[in-house]
Amino acid sequence: MQAFNTLNGLVVPLDRANVDTDAIIPKQFLKSIKRSGFGPNAFDEWRYLDHGEPGMDNSKRQLNPDFVLNKSRYQGASVLLARENFGCGSSREHAPWALEDYGFRVIIAPSFADIFFNNCFKNGMLPIVLDAASVDHLFKECEATEGYQLKIALQEQTITTPGGQVFKFDVDAFRKHCLLNGLDDIGLTMQHQDKIKAFEAQHQKAQPWLFN
Amino acid sequence: MSAKTLYDKLFDSHVVTEENGTALIYIDRHLVHEVTSPQAFEGLRLAGRKPWRKDSIVATADHNTPTNGWEKGLDGIADPIARIQIETLDSNIKEFGAKAYFPFMDKGQGIVHVMGPEQGATLPGMTVVCGDSHTSTHGAFGALAHGIGTSEVEHVMATQCLVQKKSKAMLVRVDGKLGRGVTAKDIALAIIGKIGTAGGTGYAIEFGGSAIRALSMEGRMTLCNMAIEAGARAGMVAVDDTTIDYIKGRPYAPKADQWDAAVNYWRTLVSDDGAKFDSTVTLQAEQIQPQVTWGTSPEMVVGIDGVVPDPTKEVDATKRGSMERALQYMDLKANTPMSAIAIDKVFIGSCTNSRIEDLRAAALVAKGKKVAANVKLALVVPGSGLVKAQAEAEGLDKIFKEAGFEWREPGCSMCLAMNADRLSPGERCASTSNRNFEGRQGQGGRTHLVSPEMAAAAAVAGHFVDVRSL
Ligand code: SF4
Repeated sequence: MQAFNTLNGLVVPLDRANVDTDAIIPKQFLKSIKRSGFGPNAFDEWRYLDHGEPGMDNSKRQLNPDFVLNKSRYQGASVLLARENFGCGSSREHAPWALEDYGFRVIIAPSFADIFFNNCFKNGMLPIVLDAASVDHLFKECEATEGYQLKIALQEQTITTPGGQVFKFDVDAFRKHCLLNGLDDIGLTMQHQDKIKAFEAQHQKAQPWLFN
Repeated sequence: MSAKTLYDKLFDSHVVTEENGTALIYIDRHLVHEVTSPQAFEGLRLAGRKPWRKDSIVATADHNTPTNGWEKGLDGIADPIARIQIETLDSNIKEFGAKAYFPFMDKGQGIVHVMGPEQGATLPGMTVVCGDSHTSTHGAFGALAHGIGTSEVEHVMATQCLVQKKSKAMLVRVDGKLGRGVTAKDIALAIIGKIGTAGGTGYAIEFGGSAIRALSMEGRMTLCNMAIEAGARAGMVAVDDTTIDYIKGRPYAPKADQWDAAVNYWRTLVSDDGAKFDSTVTLQAEQIQPQVTWGTSPEMVVGIDGVVPDPTKEVDATKRGSMERALQYMDLKANTPMSAIAIDKVFIGSCTNSRIEDLRAAALVAKGKKVAANVKLALVVPGSGLVKAQAEAEGLDKIFKEAGFEWREPGCSMCLAMNADRLSPGERCASTSNRNFEGRQGQGGRTHLVSPEMAAAAAVAGHFVDVRSL
């Protein structure tokens, strides 16, 4: 996994609540057996005017000029500013894959759906929960200022605005450690092999029917 | 010892190790389907890893499979990319192994959350995971069931464990007696209408109270299925006789001498008297009406006697914006009576409502009637091959067909429209599934979530109608 430390990133404001994983990556793209290449279809139904299918040449499709990601001032954004309950809906990891492949490393929102939040960390992305008033403030600044960048420092757990305003954020210590060091969960868990085996043996003794 | 919630018992009994509130929990059952597993198997292969315990894996193909054209076999899968995914599951299971596999067209094939319970592969006290958010369904058995992402699918395969933080516990108590024509689906929608789609975020929900105790296992599955739509990663119901009676004799249920020991243990899977919940929500069953969603989120829901709400009356700006966008997408005007909304299609199916009791209830409404002329397609998609066979043995297929419904092969179908079953832009559907998001049932499609009874009633009326008035 890609490590994450600090990022100075252009911010794009997606001003909608309850953005669901069907919107982030529509189901027709879930037929892929790969885990890369979803970026061009992130937000497909909002981003393009025509209907997208896997295998299409996306560069030839007609972009929806009204969709915020398509505005020229937001090209190259790596920070997504969002509203509450971002990533609700299905468990599809294709959603963070698509956002990561698009170029996002940080998503800031007042709240996230649980599975999506979790999936982000597994893919080197940092989802940040900030109170609604602060998020609202960032939305206003971002929309008012072309080229609006935020500095996100994971070690310090801070977001710094261009004007020097600093917002602290919380992050689970274990996830922070993994993200800072680009650690792979499986490798870490394997360090506990003996404990897993011991647990399993005792579990089997107590509930043998689980092991039929 | 202090009083524990059911969630405490399930979580605590699976902790392998814990550090700073992050636990490794042991996973008993891993359900696998074709869409969220290929990258996980590929990851194992690349790392040279094997499944830790292949006997924990039970797999089926459901999301991508077609619901007709089965006589042509694999060639009946018109979409070549879908076919590759289905065949990839076949070859992965062959390579890595599983306790049981119900491939495409097998008589046990079905939606993973219908198949698991009906096979007895979901048992009380288990931790159950699947790369699918509606894994919460299995909590109906007094199990701890989570939807997980594909990285976690790979993690569970490789280590038999999941990295988890303990959630907070919420009790949703529904007391009283449901009225005629009011179902578990209506309870689920009423709860989400009350607490919102993020109301359960960070919680594991236990559903309790006399109205829940009175539900059948299938009703409890419908309810727990939608816990995720309330934002909760897990929903659960305590074990009682209803649970145990349902499991007895199923193919993968414990047998003979193990059965009694299992039942003795399962009976302890209830919240202790005096157990503390971090939050409690109460509803009175008598006050729940048959529900219909009007918007693009399951929380946008009213009773059938209600009207489409008016965004101008909403004070919260973000909410008002969502409502306005939803009304525009749904092409609805504020204050329109729900019963005045005409529909184009009907979908009876999905892991929420495709079990035998759902089909019986819908058939009872459809019996001797005809699908209205304005309804272009009314689909009935059984949840599994076994549900389909049972329904046919009871003659339900004939009732549906005589009324003008199409009777299909099992699978997820128009719940998420990955296969050919979908809405065209602008079409409006009465659906027994669980998500009414924009584009969920086909780009530009408009979904209204209802119970099977209400879907059948809408099919024959051509618009939403109070099933109690038929
Ligand atoms: S029926 Fe729908 S919700 Fe259920 S598993 Fe299939 S796609 Fe997901």
